[in-house]
Amino acid sequence: MNVDAIIESMPLYFNGVLTTIKLLATALLVGLVFALPLGILRASPNLWIARPVWCFTYVIRGTPMLVQLFLVYYGLAQFEWMRESALWPWFRSAWFCAALAFAINTCAYTTEMLAGSIKATNAGELEAARSMGMSRATVLRRILLPSALRRALPAYSNEAIMMLHGTSLASIVTLMDLTGAAREMNSRFYLPFEAFLTAGAFYLALTFVLVSAFHLVEKRFLSHLRAR
Amino acid sequence: MNKLLGLLLTFLMSFVVNAQVDSKKLRIGVEGAYPPFSQMGADGKLVGFDIDIANAICKEMKADCTLVTQDFDGMIPGLLAKKIDAVIASMSITEERKRSVDFSEKYYQTPGRFVAKADSKLEVTTEGLKGKRIGVQRTSIHDRFASASFPKSEIVRYGKQDDVFLDMTAGRLDGAVVDSIAAAQGFLKTAGGRGYGFIGPVFNDPKFFGVGAGIAVRKSDTELRDQLSAAIKAIRSNGAYKKIQDKYFDFDVYTDGAAAIAPSKKK
Repeated sequence: MNVDAIIESMPLYFNGVLTTIKLLATALLVGLVFALPLGILRASPNLWIARPVWCFTYVIRGTPMLVQLFLVYYGLAQFEWMRESALWPWFRSAWFCAALAFAINTCAYTTEMLAGSIKATNAGELEAARSMGMSRATVLRRILLPSALRRALPAYSNEAIMMLHGTSLASIVTLMDLTGAAREMNSRFYLPFEAFLTAGAFYLALTFVLVSAFHLVEKRFLSHLRAR
Repeated sequence: MNKLLGLLLTFLMSFVVNAQVDSKKLRIGVEGAYPPFSQMGADGKLVGFDIDIANAICKEMKADCTLVTQDFDGMIPGLLAKKIDAVIASMSITEERKRSVDFSEKYYQTPGRFVAKADSKLEVTTEGLKGKRIGVQRTSIHDRFASASFPKSEIVRYGKQDDVFLDMTAGRLDGAVVDSIAAAQGFLKTAGGRGYGFIGPVFNDPKFFGVGAGIAVRKSDTELRDQLSAAIKAIRSNGAYKKIQDKYFDFDVYTDGAAAIAPSKKK
């Protein structure tokens, strides 16, 4: 073990952690914001509404995230009209491309998760709500979403952790995230074991933070389910 | 249970036997994404100057060679981890790399150049490239050179040389520091390279660019290193080298590829 090389590379890793956290936070936030309405549509009994959303989640969940990232980063850049469009300053940046690909990916998974959770709502609760004279919007706001979101929480914490590990793909499109930092250190010292072990330790620490955070949230929102 | 254990043991033993390096069996690391030296042909087969040289050397040494494709930044770690026994991937012989691995005699030598849009009017100096995005291949001599020479620029590192060119045509890079021949034949001559050209001086500072490209081996494999050097000498004298060279270049790539690039344009 070459500890000196690890210590010398620490600034690299600290910058890498920041990039990883920013990517993850952006992807999760954007993904969740879009997944909420999409999940409600996906759970709709009207097939004309549910099917298009199903198509989106099926395509995204059916292809590897690496392929999606390559399509966004290298694929779109191939076209002249893309390079001349007003969007190009955005797509020129590797960071934007990676965040977009990750957000779309996590959005699809979260949509399915929410839809499943909404469909699993107890029919009796809904009947009761409707017989109380609540409108559909009120049922959604008061009954459906609060319980569905709570039920989706444990599964969503898994998705967040998978996403954290998924961000390591960003290093392939030149971003210096945690994995990028490890590759850089490896290329400087030719010490792959130390380089990737250090990156692994950082990922482990980040996972621990995520798990603890979700644990707190679950404790707050799922307390009624705990055994007394 | 015993049967299962026996099966498992035989299975594991087969790995041990495979892992032993027979002196006649060589696994050679090549890149496969560095035209015209090393690339995948349309049929998925490896072609290029490095590949032909590797085959010629194997024939000369009467060795049974397997070519293993992998990214450039994994070459030296792969060598040290005994995944491969030699690297024939246009790897320049530099002092820095000599600390980790050993090299045969050189088998060719070319300098580096700065490639950018021909009409970009960039000045290839520390100040002239300030704030510009410069693409390089990770761990290459060009990476080391650009990182040291253009500290005010953003150095963007790629696993494959092809990806540098891809991102340059996409407009994500202002320029790239590349091997002169890899750029001339692998990019400028292609459709994607239209409108691009060499800018600024020829880079050949031996501190960064070494004394030519050699075949890397583990430090302990001195015998293999000497055999490889002898094989290079042999194919140089028996005409096999020249045959390969003429297939790809119209100049002497062994002594100084740079001298040949400029005149070939005037021709």
